[in-house]
Amino acid sequence: MTGSSRQRQSVVRTEPSVPKSAMIAVRDLTKSIGTQEILRGVDLDVLKGETLVIIGRSGGGKSVLLKHLVGLMLPDAGEIWIEGQNIIGLSERKLAEIRRKVGILFQGGALFDSMTVEENIAFPLREAGERDPKVIREQVNEMLDVIELDGQQDKMPVNLSGGMKKRVGLARSIIRRPHCVLYDEPTAGLDPVVSDSINRLIRRLQERYHVTSIVVTHDMKSAFHIADHIAYLHEGRIYFHGTQADLERSTDPLIQDFLLGRSEGIP
Amino acid sequence: MTRLFTAVGAVVVSFFTHVGEVVVLAAETFSSIVMQKIRWRLFMNQIVEIGLRSQLVVVITGAFTGAVFAAQTFFQFNKLGMGSAVGAVVSVSICRELGPVLTALMVTGRVGASMSAEIGTMKVTEQIDALRSLAVHPIDYLVVPRALAMMVSMPLLVAECIGVGIAAGYFVAIGLLEVNGTYYMANMVRWTQMRDIIMGLSKAFCFAVLIVFISCHKGLTTREGAVGVGKATTEAVVDSSLAVLICNFFLTMALNIIFPAGYQ
Repeated sequence: MTGSSRQRQSVVRTEPSVPKSAMIAVRDLTKSIGTQEILRGVDLDVLKGETLVIIGRSGGGKSVLLKHLVGLMLPDAGEIWIEGQNIIGLSERKLAEIRRKVGILFQGGALFDSMTVEENIAFPLREAGERDPKVIREQVNEMLDVIELDGQQDKMPVNLSGGMKKRVGLARSIIRRPHCVLYDEPTAGLDPVVSDSINRLIRRLQERYHVTSIVVTHDMKSAFHIADHIAYLHEGRIYFHGTQADLERSTDPLIQDFLLGRSEGIP
Repeated sequence: MTRLFTAVGAVVVSFFTHVGEVVVLAAETFSSIVMQKIRWRLFMNQIVEIGLRSQLVVVITGAFTGAVFAAQTFFQFNKLGMGSAVGAVVSVSICRELGPVLTALMVTGRVGASMSAEIGTMKVTEQIDALRSLAVHPIDYLVVPRALAMMVSMPLLVAECIGVGIAAGYFVAIGLLEVNGTYYMANMVRWTQMRDIIMGLSKAFCFAVLIVFISCHKGLTTREGAVGVGKATTEAVVDSSLAVLICNFFLTMALNIIFPAGYQ
């Protein structure tokens, strides 16, 4: 083997074993912030059309992992494949193509506070070049119907409750029909009734638009309500990945402690 | 001694890193202006914010600077029997130095602080991440409209400041200090050249670039919640003001070669 071919071979990147049915595949993802290792080699496959719930303790890196999946954070090492394309190393402008396929609901909604509810929801359409007010209004009204906030389109984000902000944020992220939606703590800080309505909304979206969903939460009731599969992120790695039944059957003390909310023996 | 070198080295590295980041932001913005679609509605909003809403500040700054400068110059020149030269001194000084620098400092305080606070708040409330997640580049959406509006507005604001300053100087000299109006005007027109105005407007453009990129960079790199926004806003005003004052010296020296001062 010549020197140049050896060199060429060393820089050729081959697709790791990513299943064809995977919408998102994460391989050996590591991330440190400061001196703290947040992700220590995460491997995860999310199949097309499924709802995967990622559970784990607060501060365990769930939101960090989610932000990596849309390129909002850069890993130290590892690969993220979205519909067969590795997004690591893509420029911000090339990532825009990927981001059109993946919507994200931020923990606080992240609504644009200078815009009304209607303007927030219509934002992705306008940015995509839609100029017809009739088309925009129709689609916004459809979204308001889906998130059950009809008649609230003229309100400013500052006048919305936490749950309403999340719904509007969700409507904004799905109005262009992404293939996958990521939810960062969708029920955090909400009362049980509003939490339940958000859970039903996530389920309804999955049934209506057949989107792949990844939900980060530590709300087990929510997880059991919406999950097809559950992954438990512990100490920067996926400690468990299976169905709800597998999780409930597990005799692993760590998982049992998490499910039952036991803090004994945890530093 | 090692500690001293480390501390000094850290400051130097931090300074050049900061300057480098601002230069990269400027390069990306100019590239976006050429390569990407421009959001004209946002540009017009910024023209209103930067240009229209700065009118009062700029008019007051120009008027009172021109007035006080005319009075002080008269008090000194009159002792030498040169009272009618006040117009020329006021006009040339305001065109070449006072107009651009004072307008830039006022715009820094009003607009630079607002830009930094607005973008910084968007950063800490994840609105910039939301923009990115919706496939919208923050530079295209936030920085380009502000940069373009600033580069258009600043020369106009400086021109306005110069005009108001010269007019205020005229009224103080002629109306209050009883300088001969004919000689005042003749001297002013004779000594004020087109190159003085071009120099002032060129400086205005350069200051616009400095203020907008320093302020937007501070906003885009804001961290740590409300405290971070406050810190970024203060730093944007301080850094922009210092950059304006320091660059003004070098611009004066460089532009004086192209547009030399004085009657020729």
